[in-house]
Amino acid sequence: MGKRTIIPFGPQHPVLPEPIHLDLVLDDETVVEAIPQIGYIHRGLEKLVEKKDYQQYTYVAERICGICSFMHGMGYCMAVEEIMNVEIPERAKFLRTIWAELSRLHSHLLWLGLLADAFGFESLFMHSWRLRESILDIFEETTGGRVIFSVCDIGGVRKDISNETLQKIAAIMDRMEKETKEIADVFLNDSSVKLRTKGVGVLTKQQAFDLGAVGPMAKASGLSHDMRTTGYAAYCKLNFQPITATEGDSYARTVVRIGEVFQSYDLIKQAIALIPEGDIKVKVTGNPNGESFMRGEQPRGEVLYYVKANGTKFLDRVRVRTPTFANLPALLETLKGCSLSDVPILILTIDPCISCTER
Amino acid sequence: MDQSVRVITSGELLGESLTLKNKGYRLVAISCTNKDGMELTYSFNKDYELVNLRVITDTTEEISSISFIYSYAFLYENEIKELFGVNIVNMAMDFKEKFYRISATTPFKTEKEEN
Repeated sequence: MGKRTIIPFGPQHPVLPEPIHLDLVLDDETVVEAIPQIGYIHRGLEKLVEKKDYQQYTYVAERICGICSFMHGMGYCMAVEEIMNVEIPERAKFLRTIWAELSRLHSHLLWLGLLADAFGFESLFMHSWRLRESILDIFEETTGGRVIFSVCDIGGVRKDISNETLQKIAAIMDRMEKETKEIADVFLNDSSVKLRTKGVGVLTKQQAFDLGAVGPMAKASGLSHDMRTTGYAAYCKLNFQPITATEGDSYARTVVRIGEVFQSYDLIKQAIALIPEGDIKVKVTGNPNGESFMRGEQPRGEVLYYVKANGTKFLDRVRVRTPTFANLPALLETLKGCSLSDVPILILTIDPCISCTER
Repeated sequence: MDQSVRVITSGELLGESLTLKNKGYRLVAISCTNKDGMELTYSFNKDYELVNLRVITDTTEEISSISFIYSYAFLYENEIKELFGVNIVNMAMDFKEKFYRISATTPFKTEKEEN
């Protein structure tokens, strides 16, 4: 047995977009155990529910994450709408679905770029982020914001997208689909990429289940769990199946996310083809009273919103269980037995969002 | 989406959790609210069905960790112990209230609980 050492990894590291600390117990160059430490960016956003009323809290929910900001706002609004028995207009459901899938594209293209950057493939990183820029341009054109755009509201959405703009977005999806095929070919077939991802950080299907993994982390291990199939928003009107793989390694996680990029292009085009005319919001009056659990599928996996209301304008509790929080145990498992040089790639393959995790 | 919640006692928690585990349920989350005592809600999922178990307690009662049934429960339990002050014992990994690096002690604990 080699000499055992403990190496502190993070909270600041070139590969980490956000701070997390791991104590890596090493046997020579092999990781034996990883002990996590978070808490560097805990913002107390759930505590803010005591100061902001239930309408204002939509803006707070959107600020939980800068990548899936829209989906956080949507999850919170759906939970409150469930308590208040609010049925939002059909057009609003489709608009929410379109913005949610654009957010998924934003997230996955960003992640692909970060992965390429982590293994030193700079031109691939730039191509991924160049594509992502088109999504941010759509956000800006349709909402006025590029990252946090505050269009989701309790009762529907605040802004409509004209049919002309929807057709333009469909054309952009066609163009991006072709361009994504080019970079997907490199991610999936380039020998240097495969060397860094194939067989690295294997999580078996049983381990993924036993450790409560969600999203692409679970799907890449063969667990077909995708909350969109429950049919919230307009997903019940769209035709799709969860993207899965079986190998459970970093390569499989890349395959799943790339598959979901193409799936999102398709879902957006389906939604644009089916979106009905009509109102985008219903008036919501009174205060919520009761509790609800709402689950949705964010880019990183299943999110849970629990909202408890007491009949006043201030809620008793908002609790968010984000996908990264659920994926941390699976990350710790994949790190066991890996080489020190693979740690950055493995941390990235859960697509960690520590802002979400700590709230 | 099923919104039902079943209230159980703290003594029933381990048995109920083990039963659900053996039936193939995954732990989705443990949530806590601080109105009318501490309400711990354990949410489990199987085939998109959500089962919620609720334990109503206070900060003095010892609540057994379910982390030896669901190993990853330690993350939720550490969070609840640190933010709400619920006395969860026997966690698989106990961060000793250093999970979040916050200056406030149990910020979600109500004044009633503190007295």
